[in-house]
Amino acid sequence: MLAYVIQRLLQAVGVMLAVGLIAFAMFNYIGDPVNNMVGQEASQADRAELRQQLGLNAPFPMQFARFVANALSGDFGMSLRMQRPVAHLIAERLPATLELVFASAILALAFGVPLGVFTGIKRHSWVSRVILTVSLVGVSLPTFVIGILLIYVFAVLLGMLPSFGRGEVVKLGWWSTGLLTKAGWLAIVMPAITLSLFQTTLILRLVRAEMLEVMRTDFIKFARARGLPERAINFGHALKNTLVPVITIVGLNIGGLIAFSIITETVFQWPGLGALFIQAVQFADVPVMAAYLVLVAAMFVLVNLAVDLLYYLVDPRLRGERAVAGGGH
Amino acid sequence: MALLEVEHLRVEFETRRGNLIAIDDVSLAIEEGEVLGVVGESGAGKSITGMAIIGLLEPPGRVTGGEIRLAGRRIDNLAYDSMRRIRGKEIGAIFQDPLTSLNPLYGVGRQLAETIMAHTDASPTAARARAIQLLGEVGIPAPERRIDAYPHEFSGGMRQRVVIALALAVNPRLIIADEPTTALDVSIQAQIIQLLKGLCREHGTAIMLITHDMGVIAETADRVAVMYAGRIAEVGPVRDVVKSAKHPYTKGLMGSIPIMGREVERLSQIDGSMPRLNAIPTGCAFNPRCPDGMARCGVERPDLMATGGPNRAACWLYAPLGVAVHG
Ligand SMILES: Nc1ncnc2c1ncn2[C@@H]1O[C@H](COP(=O)(O)OP(=O)(O)OP(=O)(O)O)[C@@H](O)[C@H]1O
Ligand code: SF4
Ligand SMILES: [Mg+2]
Repeated sequence: MLAYVIQRLLQAVGVMLAVGLIAFAMFNYIGDPVNNMVGQEASQADRAELRQQLGLNAPFPMQFARFVANALSGDFGMSLRMQRPVAHLIAERLPATLELVFASAILALAFGVPLGVFTGIKRHSWVSRVILTVSLVGVSLPTFVIGILLIYVFAVLLGMLPSFGRGEVVKLGWWSTGLLTKAGWLAIVMPAITLSLFQTTLILRLVRAEMLEVMRTDFIKFARARGLPERAINFGHALKNTLVPVITIVGLNIGGLIAFSIITETVFQWPGLGALFIQAVQFADVPVMAAYLVLVAAMFVLVNLAVDLLYYLVDPRLRGERAVAGGGH
Repeated sequence: MALLEVEHLRVEFETRRGNLIAIDDVSLAIEEGEVLGVVGESGAGKSITGMAIIGLLEPPGRVTGGEIRLAGRRIDNLAYDSMRRIRGKEIGAIFQDPLTSLNPLYGVGRQLAETIMAHTDASPTAARARAIQLLGEVGIPAPERRIDAYPHEFSGGMRQRVVIALALAVNPRLIIADEPTTALDVSIQAQIIQLLKGLCREHGTAIMLITHDMGVIAETADRVAVMYAGRIAEVGPVRDVVKSAKHPYTKGLMGSIPIMGREVERLSQIDGSMPRLNAIPTGCAFNPRCPDGMARCGVERPDLMATGGPNRAACWLYAPLGVAVHG
């Protein structure tokens, strides 16, 4: 177990260093950081002095080491556009995005898994066919179209839900949450649905395909021959055997949700990281872009780590040591 | 009244190219505690018969005729959940492949306990204690230490022992064992059959033993049913079927057994091969291959009839003299 975890952690560190290198390269070689800081008017001497101060004349590995050290302490420099520390900007925006992604992931799982099980078991029922057809719409319509449709119906025509923003937020330390107010809940409904639709469909279809596969196996046949209740077979034996691929895809897609949230946040004017990133791109605000890149990569890596550990919990065959020991525990 | 009575069973598969009749007018009975061997070439309908009895035919397979009774109670027309309560509790089953019969993600103790709890109101603790006892009974060493092990931590033979423990967990009255040793190493096949037979004798459990291995049948079964093309060709006490077969097909089969050989003997020593389901000849299904065929054989289908010995055979050679060919 420990060896497995350590191995995964080392991999994660490797990936983060690689991403850090890319971010660092962006930071230093897209545009001139000195220019970015002092503007065009500074004299040649001022620039040279600043270069020295900033350590830009130091050898490359030194500079990269400093970048990593700074990043680890949360220091990504100043935003060129806002003239504020990037870390502060991110801290302001992160809660909005994480809450949106979290809500979407919950929605996608809450609908995708049961519907996938249902359509996998009741393969020939017309309800399953309707669900599958409707779910196709989920994958084939672009996110922004769904978002705009939702806004049109529920905000413009019915006036039930706000069309933009997070509603009312409450501060918990540096974290601002919209999940403690009614306005906040109303505001998150449409963005969360929009963001989750694609993932719901994906999970539904994946669970269904895996269920169909598992239902054909001998151990399901044997579970039936033992007279186990259908519920135990479908939601215990069968569903659990679909978990490994489902965890993989869901894990990958939580990363995907963060990335996709850029579009959803733009459509709903959701004040999250995605919106921050879009603005940063428009203004070539390199430090913000670099920090965003590192942050998203870190989330991907964390989720992947969690996925690997979940595998380990779900599938005893991966717990190698026990097989060798050959006995109890 | 026999424990299990199958009468005029018919199973059809509805396929795009029409209805295939996989089982046609099969009748058989198994007494309390009896071992009935079922033999026949691949595709003869042995497994389908077994699956029909435990109510687990997979679509498009369907029972379209006849009756199946367990201790006098009709079970072929039960609702899914009523039949589910019979499976495992009254009729257990063991399938061919021990490597794939167990759920890889659950410990064997858990699989045993859930089976016990599905059919009794044993507490989890009691079910676990019983599970350990069962593992011991099927010859798993140190069962109290192995109870939480996963299937992949056992060898093939040990897994099949676990499967037997699962099938016997709540003392069913009948076990349908469909080639329970075919997938195992030859060296342990005999042990497993011995174990199964011993346990069933202890508990008075009847067995429907489907196999290709005539050696196993000769040593284990009380009676034998020989199937051919979805029908029963001959049925009788094991000694009589092995030593003095009546049906020409059975004679061919017996001619092909290596004397008490332990090797799996695929039954294909008779010239020609069994007809496909969509091309079963009229009259006696065996007539294109039969060395003793008569004119009547190609026209009229023989039912099981007395042969003068204890066996009954579906063959016109034993038609009572003087009975009109057609009524
Ligand atoms: N899903 C299906 N669709 C159509 N025909 C089928 C289907 N399943 C089985 N059959 C047919 O039913 C017949 C009986 O099959 P069964 O599995 O009972 O044979 P068996 O006697 O058990 O053979 P084996 O010794 O190979 O296990 C076969 O001819 C087979 O082709
Ligand atoms: S009925 Fe005729 S064809 Fe069939 S086994 Fe008997 S003799 Fe042969
Ligand atoms: Mg078979």
